[in-house]
Amino acid sequence: MENQQKDTFISKYKKLVKEKGFFGAYFTLVLQSKVWGSVFRHGFSDTPKNRMLKIVSNVFLHLHPAKVKRHAPQFKFTWCMGGISFFLFLVLTVTGILLMFYYRPTVHDAYWDVKDLEYQVPFGALLRNLHRWAAHLMVITVWLHMFRVFATGSYKHPREFNWCVGVVLLVVTLLLSFTGYLLTWDQLGFWAVTVGTNMARSTPLLGHEGPFGEQLGMTSHNDIRFALLGGSLVGGNALLRAYVWHCIGLPIIISVFMMVHFWRIRKDGGISGPL
Amino acid sequence: MGNSEENKEKKGRYRTLVFIKGKTYAKEKDLDISEGEIATWPYLMRKELLAAIICTIVLIVWSILFNAPLEELSDPTMTPNPAKAPWYFLGLQEMLVYFDPWIAGVVFPMLIIAGLMIIPYVDFNPKGNGYFTFKETKFAMLTFCFGFHILWILLIIVGVFMRGPGWLWFWPWQEWDPHRVVAETNYDLTSFAGVKSDSFLGFMLGGAVVFGYFYAGISLPYRFLKRGKNMAIEKLGFVKYTIVAFLFLCMMALPIKVFLRLALHIKYIWVTPWFNI
Repeated sequence: MENQQKDTFISKYKKLVKEKGFFGAYFTLVLQSKVWGSVFRHGFSDTPKNRMLKIVSNVFLHLHPAKVKRHAPQFKFTWCMGGISFFLFLVLTVTGILLMFYYRPTVHDAYWDVKDLEYQVPFGALLRNLHRWAAHLMVITVWLHMFRVFATGSYKHPREFNWCVGVVLLVVTLLLSFTGYLLTWDQLGFWAVTVGTNMARSTPLLGHEGPFGEQLGMTSHNDIRFALLGGSLVGGNALLRAYVWHCIGLPIIISVFMMVHFWRIRKDGGISGPL
Repeated sequence: MGNSEENKEKKGRYRTLVFIKGKTYAKEKDLDISEGEIATWPYLMRKELLAAIICTIVLIVWSILFNAPLEELSDPTMTPNPAKAPWYFLGLQEMLVYFDPWIAGVVFPMLIIAGLMIIPYVDFNPKGNGYFTFKETKFAMLTFCFGFHILWILLIIVGVFMRGPGWLWFWPWQEWDPHRVVAETNYDLTSFAGVKSDSFLGFMLGGAVVFGYFYAGISLPYRFLKRGKNMAIEKLGFVKYTIVAFLFLCMMALPIKVFLRLALHIKYIWVTPWFNI
């Protein structure tokens, strides 16, 4: 009796392997298992129901609606620029976190850590290149995305607010790139940021060289530039501030605004199209 | 018949009689797809994944071929000539040639951000929503393209490629000569009328020109359009019109100042003890 049961138990699998081949049988068993079923709650046959479930039963994909307007995903309409900007943000997050393992934001170490990345860390140069070029590319794709949205009039009702959120995202993207510029602590970044933050000196009312700044008691030790740099010169404090803004502050801000941006796309009727 | 009895009878109709193995006639409710729609999976997802893959490949190949720039260790005592801001801010730095830093570096960026955000609230044109069109949104498109492509992008290109030591103009094929001196004397606008710009009369005159520019630029088109019973002006209303006109005039102030500087060597239009324009 026991022997017979064992036979059928094995022969069941034998039959399966015979029918579908080794890998076919393996995947069939995995897909039928309770573990798999607990994670993925949709089948794989190409039915409209499964197509919907693949989107709505996945927390990452359910950013999308289950169905979109026919014209919406066309490349000639969207140019893919919004999606690519988001993808580049993800690339920058991953490469950025990896870079943080090798980088110390101090005047003493910063530059040499970057040098180490270039010559000592395995794939360090590639990692840094990826981060740098993706950042430049993201600035461009965000601009192009803005131009596309403008050219298609997609800022009009009911998307007025989402356009404004987009403008904030554009500004934060530029700030992220700008704060990252200083971190290499080489001549290029140092002087670019010096030139950039020198403009803050001339802020009306809040800068010591700006209109009415002097009259309001602004000096190089208490104006807005001092607040940005943590000093009156670009130095160790400025490097630390740039680092914290670049790695923590601004990514959190941009993530919050991105959440609103994506959510509002859905709430405002999906990707824009002819009314 | 009572309600409960009715239910009983209904329930009774669904008693299990027999099990039959085979396909069911019952159907699960499918995703309702109309003519104008397609399923996100696979039609949108595959494009997104494809775009992500292409992006990754391009980035990796680019990163293998080209190294990110890294110059020597920073040295606060050695200012490079020229010291350039990151490329995306070079449009602002280029503006420094024509305006003082408080305008070029602070006020104009603020106005750009505010102006961009205001666009949807002052654009009453219901046409051109959700498709590419130029014909139906001529004014909006021309203004935006002028501001974005000409003023922003062109100035960046000038800043990146045409500016050398001393922020002087060098063509990309010209060698940078750090000792080049360009003799250029600029005059304040009021000196053309024989009035010193830092005198009280010069201050009043310069202020009158700046305020006159905005007053005339805002009120004249308004009166002209109002007299012509222009639809746009009726829909916009006075306040929105003033905001649009003000921002437009601010934008146009840049090419005007560029022209005044290059053609007439004008340095400032208005000189005050606190700021210069």
